[in-house]
Amino acid sequence: MAYDKFNILESTAVPLPIENVDTDQIIPARFLKATERKGFGDNLFRDWRYNTDGTPKEDFVLNNQTYSGKILVGGKNFGSGSSREHAAWAIYDCGFRCVVSSFFADIFRNNCLNIGVLPVQVSPEFLERIFKEIETDPESKFEVDLSDQRINIVGSGISEKFEITEYKKENLLNGFDDIDYLLNLESEIKDFASKTPF
Amino acid sequence: MSHTLFDKVWDSHVVKKIENGPDVFFIDRHLVHEVTSPVAFLGLKERSISVLYPERTFATADHNTPTINQHLPVADPLSANQLKALETNSAEHGIPYWGLGHEKNGIVHVIGPEAGITLPGATIVCGDSHTSTHGAFGAIAFGIGTSEVEMVLAAQCIMQPKPKSMRINVNGTLSFGVTPKDVALYIISKLSTSGATGYFVEYAGQVFRDMSMEGRMTVCNLSIEMGARGGMIAPDEKTFSYIQGREYAPKGAAWDIAMEYWKTLQTDTDAVFDQELSFEASDIEPMITYGTNPGMGGGISKGIPMAAHVDGGISTYKKSLAYMDFNEGESMIDKTIDFVFLGSCTNGRIEDFRAFASIVKGRKKAPNVTAWLVPGSHRVEDAIKEEGILDILHEAGFELREPGCSACLAMNDDKIPPGKYAVSTSNRNFEGRQGPGSRTLLASPLVAAAAAVTGKVTDPRGLMQADLA
Repeated sequence: MAYDKFNILESTAVPLPIENVDTDQIIPARFLKATERKGFGDNLFRDWRYNTDGTPKEDFVLNNQTYSGKILVGGKNFGSGSSREHAAWAIYDCGFRCVVSSFFADIFRNNCLNIGVLPVQVSPEFLERIFKEIETDPESKFEVDLSDQRINIVGSGISEKFEITEYKKENLLNGFDDIDYLLNLESEIKDFASKTPF
Repeated sequence: MSHTLFDKVWDSHVVKKIENGPDVFFIDRHLVHEVTSPVAFLGLKERSISVLYPERTFATADHNTPTINQHLPVADPLSANQLKALETNSAEHGIPYWGLGHEKNGIVHVIGPEAGITLPGATIVCGDSHTSTHGAFGAIAFGIGTSEVEMVLAAQCIMQPKPKSMRINVNGTLSFGVTPKDVALYIISKLSTSGATGYFVEYAGQVFRDMSMEGRMTVCNLSIEMGARGGMIAPDEKTFSYIQGREYAPKGAAWDIAMEYWKTLQTDTDAVFDQELSFEASDIEPMITYGTNPGMGGGISKGIPMAAHVDGGISTYKKSLAYMDFNEGESMIDKTIDFVFLGSCTNGRIEDFRAFASIVKGRKKAPNVTAWLVPGSHRVEDAIKEEGILDILHEAGFELREPGCSACLAMNDDKIPPGKYAVSTSNRNFEGRQGPGSRTLLASPLVAAAAAVTGKVTDPRGLMQADLA
């Protein structure tokens, strides 16, 4: 699926300092019944965000006007559990373009990369620093520079490098997707398939 | 040069290596279900392309299906629409579709092995994280997202960096009342839910050699719950005899050729893993979880750990116990429960129903318990009836439902009500996983059966010993 190019993102951030945020929290299974990729943002963090009667839970960060931005900052082991790409779609649909954590679950990380949401893995110390910055000043800005593979706490002079493969980086910078790449390999793939035992 | 089992299977499926990038990784068999596929098919439509190898693709309906009255139209219009979409997409692309009511219908990870789709040395993916189940046969099998489902439909490949390798050895023999589920929950409790993230696991040691194919499926199924992309077990005679004669398994001369290859699917003696861990079978007792992720579990006779003794964030731990309405240091034994769920791709096979029946036989369902017993497939359902297990269940006051994922993820109407406790043989105890506000205690079919007849958390070994006496 084609997506927006990603280069430099400067934004305030929304903090979610909870560990092991699983994809059932990000979007519960009962909201996976759509056959199109739209509208999932309404149910992002549904059961943390809303009471059973549909009224917002005032103490949840997405309902707190103080916090906004295109960067979601989560605790360690973010996105564990189910492979549902709907979790990444819901995050995207709510306006986030980058998720920062000190550790990501594998499938979630891939799902984000495949739809143009950048997962930025930072050290536990840097993650703590980000949470502190936001706590001190919710207007704190962060700059995520994909070309340079660096996340900066704007105005503080503090930054950290993050990892991404050259291939994925190029894809995100240019808005390319893997299917285009694979379709160009069709003859090689067919040749390979003809030699497989099963 | 020495290779691991994982290396052998992985390396033989790399179509192309991309420098400083992922491998173009060939997929032998692709399993598709109704929830994670519609957007992928839509993607094909937008590009005006077809499924490259429909004969390598198999579709079933399981996640979003009712487990009663399957002969009637699906009442929920959204669910019905999703099922219709898979039926239409399968027909349009020539993919075999085993929909609701079909004799081969069932949970995708139960029916794959049943039909002989799952083979040693094969690569298998599905838009579902428990695809790791198929690793029990020495396949590389793992869950993928919908964008990747689209890639496999379009090109039979995904772009995947090769994971690191980990071997987990469990030595010795399992104690009385300890099942494959307990082995997996024990390992996860030691590693945490992220301890194997970035790795592909091979399970080795006497415990897995002794284990049945269904037991191995249970263990490999839960690999994702320690963060691993997948887990696998080297194929042996048990594997081969399970597969032989199944519908999609090789036949005749093709079988002999396959066997020659399959026998090479062992880790070489001096192969090195990125990480290697060993556990002793004698340290494992029946397990139960007390928290809101599968790593938060312990032996049933042990209490809930104190926050101060737990690795990781204390606030996250306390939030989890608050959700469960449990306290640090409490015993799990004798906690009152409300629901029992037997089923899922983890424990919805015939051996699981046999184990459950072995305890409820001659006893009665506790009056405070609602029990949902959901076979993993129609074949499992048939075996339950043929083996007389259904009679035992009925005699004890239990009903059998129709196959599907059911309360494991509660997409259908099988939802545990808010605040209620369920002892579940499924795979995840996340907040709200089994319904908004539900509280899940993960355990084996034996522990589930003991809870179902006593109405509380009970060590099944006591009941089993009473039966032997």
